[in-house]
Amino acid sequence: MIPPEFDYHAAGSVDEAIGLLTSNPGEAKVLAGGQSLIPLMKLRLASPKVLVDISRIAELSYIQEKGDWLVIGAATKVNDLNDSKLVGSGYPLLADAGAHIADPLVRNMGTVGGNVCHGDPGNDLPACMVALGAQYVVKGPKGSRTLRAADFYQDTFVTALGPSEILTEVQIPKSQAGDGGAYLKMERKVGDFAIAAVAVQLRVDGKGTVTQAGIALTNVGPTVINASKAAAALVKKKPSDADLVAASKLAAEAAQPSADLRGPVDFKRGIVQTLTHRAATLAWGRAGGKR
Amino acid sequence: MASTAIPRLTSPLPIKGASRKIHVTINDVDFDMAVEDRTLLVHFLRDVLGLTGTHIGCDTTHCGACTVLLDGKPVKSCTVLAVQVDGRKIRTVEGLETGGKLHPVQEGFAAEHGLQCGFCTPGMMMTAVALLSKNANPSDEEIRRAISGNLCRCTGYMNIVKAVQHAAKAQGGTA
Repeated sequence: MIPPEFDYHAAGSVDEAIGLLTSNPGEAKVLAGGQSLIPLMKLRLASPKVLVDISRIAELSYIQEKGDWLVIGAATKVNDLNDSKLVGSGYPLLADAGAHIADPLVRNMGTVGGNVCHGDPGNDLPACMVALGAQYVVKGPKGSRTLRAADFYQDTFVTALGPSEILTEVQIPKSQAGDGGAYLKMERKVGDFAIAAVAVQLRVDGKGTVTQAGIALTNVGPTVINASKAAAALVKKKPSDADLVAASKLAAEAAQPSADLRGPVDFKRGIVQTLTHRAATLAWGRAGGKR
Repeated sequence: MASTAIPRLTSPLPIKGASRKIHVTINDVDFDMAVEDRTLLVHFLRDVLGLTGTHIGCDTTHCGACTVLLDGKPVKSCTVLAVQVDGRKIRTVEGLETGGKLHPVQEGFAAEHGLQCGFCTPGMMMTAVALLSKNANPSDEEIRRAISGNLCRCTGYMNIVKAVQHAAKAQGGTA
């Protein structure tokens, strides 16, 4: 299969990329790793007239802690997350997810920014970013703005990103003692989208009380599901196993799955409940929580 | 230029009407060629350069038969545009042997019967080469994880894992 014709531009800078998007209104798409966009184009589900390749912009590829944040450049490869000692030691939720996005070969091309702003409910990083309380820096012709991940996703393939804007950086609250997270994904086989997946991030204080919690769900709705009621049910508690089960039931209620080849609705809700319970238990342990 | 002849068509078949110039180093040989913006890397390798060792299996980013090394890392060449590799280095299965001597991974697949029909083998071997360059002494589980994006419908993977272990030992690993 050969994609429909388009004009390819390799942008040398973020501003050049924005200029190319602005001068081709409605017809240009950003190409980062291409692991979602190129298959869509081969299947003729997308046929942008112009591709703006941002993968050669060196200033968009980095993972570092800066001030209160872990900052990740949008064109950073997914496998760079997996190779990062910083991520491996302080951000178990991201380490879990990075090892289960698509397959190892796709992760050598696919980017963090692409996974985050493609808008497919099957992408794994949106749920992680919502659970982590991350924010995104996007830049357009009028300058930069910062958006909460939880406010970014609107519908399938619809995000708050404007047509002439590009995501430049993902900002994740810097890891501190008492933080723990987990991402659990059920998939039919490596490389498939999740039947369901659950991201849980907890912050536990010195007394073992949960002070912050985030829970978000992958591929059980038109876009990422922020299971905020389930997360809130854990805050200000030293959660017992029964509390974790109660929260996982709330997560299953928040899911909006549809029946497809990956299973019927009730099955998917059941998976969400089980994965939430397990992920919350794991996150609690990783945060140093004890009963 | 490489010291050994790389098997390919005696003269590349240019793409009619293509105007996008790219410079790519493939198996240590430099090429300056014109492609269409939409030319996929796998078609460039097979149809333009005649490097048909890189296979097209599913054509939908699932099977890994088209795996090549891009700057040393394995990628699926059916899901990479030729223009994306402008200025970069590609290694294909044709580039594994040196001076008529098979690469240890190729030796391993032969010695351990790591293939039956052979369709997945080029991609499987490129992924194995990349794994061993990063991890000289992988466990069976690490091999299985590394090749999880390469599908084989014949072997059940047992002998592929053995083949990679064979190559690791031949390369000096202690596995």
